[in-house]
Amino acid sequence: MDLFEHQAKELFADYGIPVPKGIVAHTVEEVRAAAEQLTGRVVVKAQVKTGGRGKAGGVKVADDAADAVEKGQAILGMDIKGHTVHKVLVEEASAIAEEYYFSFLLDRANRTFLAICSAAGGMDIEEVAHTSPEKVAKVPVSALDGVDRAKAREIAVAGGLPEQSLDGAAELIEKLWCCFVDEDATLVEVNPMILSADGQVKALDGKVTLDDNASFRQTEHEAYADKAAEDPLEARAKEKDLNYVKLDGDVGIIGNGAGLVMSTLDVVAYAGEAFPGKPSPANFLDIGGGASAEVMAAGLEIILSDPSVKSIFVNVFGGITSCDAVANGIVAAFKLLESRGEAVTHPLVVRLDGNNAQLGRQILADAALPRVELVDTMDDAAKRAAELAAVGA
Amino acid sequence: MAIWLTENSKIIVQGMTGGEGTKHTRRMLASGARVVGGVNARKAGITHEGLPVFGTVQEAMEKTGADVSVVFVPPAFTKDAVKEAIDAEIPLCVVITEGVPVHDSTEFWAYAVAKGNKTRIIGPNCPGIASPGASNAGIIPADITTAGRIGLVSKSGTLTYQLMYELRDFGFSTAVGIGGDPVIGTTHIDALQAFQDDPGTDAIVMIGEIGGDAEERAAAYIEQHVTKPVVAYVAGFTAPEGKTMGHAGAIVSGSAGTAQAKKEALEKVGVRVGKTPSETARLMREIMQAR
Repeated sequence: MDLFEHQAKELFADYGIPVPKGIVAHTVEEVRAAAEQLTGRVVVKAQVKTGGRGKAGGVKVADDAADAVEKGQAILGMDIKGHTVHKVLVEEASAIAEEYYFSFLLDRANRTFLAICSAAGGMDIEEVAHTSPEKVAKVPVSALDGVDRAKAREIAVAGGLPEQSLDGAAELIEKLWCCFVDEDATLVEVNPMILSADGQVKALDGKVTLDDNASFRQTEHEAYADKAAEDPLEARAKEKDLNYVKLDGDVGIIGNGAGLVMSTLDVVAYAGEAFPGKPSPANFLDIGGGASAEVMAAGLEIILSDPSVKSIFVNVFGGITSCDAVANGIVAAFKLLESRGEAVTHPLVVRLDGNNAQLGRQILADAALPRVELVDTMDDAAKRAAELAAVGA
Repeated sequence: MAIWLTENSKIIVQGMTGGEGTKHTRRMLASGARVVGGVNARKAGITHEGLPVFGTVQEAMEKTGADVSVVFVPPAFTKDAVKEAIDAEIPLCVVITEGVPVHDSTEFWAYAVAKGNKTRIIGPNCPGIASPGASNAGIIPADITTAGRIGLVSKSGTLTYQLMYELRDFGFSTAVGIGGDPVIGTTHIDALQAFQDDPGTDAIVMIGEIGGDAEERAAAYIEQHVTKPVVAYVAGFTAPEGKTMGHAGAIVSGSAGTAQAKKEALEKVGVRVGKTPSETARLMREIMQAR
């Protein structure tokens, strides 16, 4: 999960990292109140979970409250790379002497953590990393050793930070490491990390990504979830513990196993290219290895409540769970939905392969469910599901 | 022949007494694997599924001669379980557990390296490793394929099963599910190297998915070191950027980790990449028939 800048900074502040004073505002009126409270020059910053805000015009300096209102008006509601701005952070303006870049992140390739530090921070850091990679220090950090003050200083020196910033930067970096580890983050980024005119090293921006796998021990992280931005179908699926991602197309997809479902999306998209309107997947839904009747019913229910779905493709490989159990699950799911008055009215293409595939197909054939078609192979089933979506079913 | 897991492998199960541990211990035994005991510090001394339960991995190894551990403990305890296996220097530790925090997997990986890499770790969040007809450590269904001369390495469980099933008439030396997490113990490259060196393997199927650059690095390795034919499949061509597709590691961020980039890297070094799982199976079939 990615945090908003203001959430990242609140978290930083909890770890004693210096951040500018700021207030979140959702309306122009709140912007005015915030600017009046902060007094003097302020910065109005769009709160969106994407990079390149500054270049998109989502960060503006205002001289006073009236100016802040004007800037807030321009920023609230604007679209930055597909993200609508619903809130801004109004922050006291900082007198910047120098701008640096700093981050801790997971280095997948080397299976370790990495500190990235550069004296050439700011909006153009990606350009700097590309054209002058020697100006960007990448220092591996072992999960066993961690980062103490001495190591933090070493990283700051490697990044080319000047003498007068080293103490402040080392302190900030050490605290940031604590935040990175204690919060189970996979990324903490400060760009820019600044040296202020009065000689303080501060986090002027903050980007944090938290590891969802750690939620069992980071229960307070749930409060960061952006419920407003969540797709309503995804939210419902989450409540039912379903692994569901909403997509743009019209073929509903249910499968078992993340890799197989990802592959199913691809195969359906390829098949769709041959039909009018180019039908494509409406969702990703992995019901896991088990594929029980209850999970199948919950999955079908979510997909049926998506108005863009025109046909459904159930793609199951019977490995741990054999196909007869999956077939019984589908039959039971149909009955369950019918008993709730939500009978399945969309065409359903089912492909069962693997253990007891013949038996599973027989069970489905015997049940004679309305609008269910059995197709033997994944490729042919994808074609049929796309075709059914194309004719509007 | 097989890699890493043979008919002589003796398997212990960490977390054998739990629900998943019990179910899959039964399945492993039914498939003919030599499961010789379990580990649970709080239940040491009891017998479960007809097998002795030991207090530590070390004790289990001493009493049974076990050389493989399969881990089913919950995510909160996985790090300690794997570190215990590393301390005991068991040669192979297969971590099935899904949902392990990445700080934990990064830590146990660093621990394994610091201890001299005496323990090969597979996973976490993987289906395990199966050498059909010889042994089975994990949750790969044993009865979907036969023993043969194809090696398989994959990030995905069900796609592994799909390919094993489609190529069951040729059969497999070993299938390794390395898992879809951002940090894993055994990589595509490790498996490619082992299959290249294994006289019982004639050709290799490699299954990848979006996220990271493991497939690109595997391609570079194949170009330099692998002379056996390799066919590949990559899942996730149509996955949108920024959405995690089921596996913690399966996410396209910016230009990095796309399926297209992986496919191009593999094809550039002569690996044939199937458009669908079934087409991938067909490509392998052609190779095996030509032999």
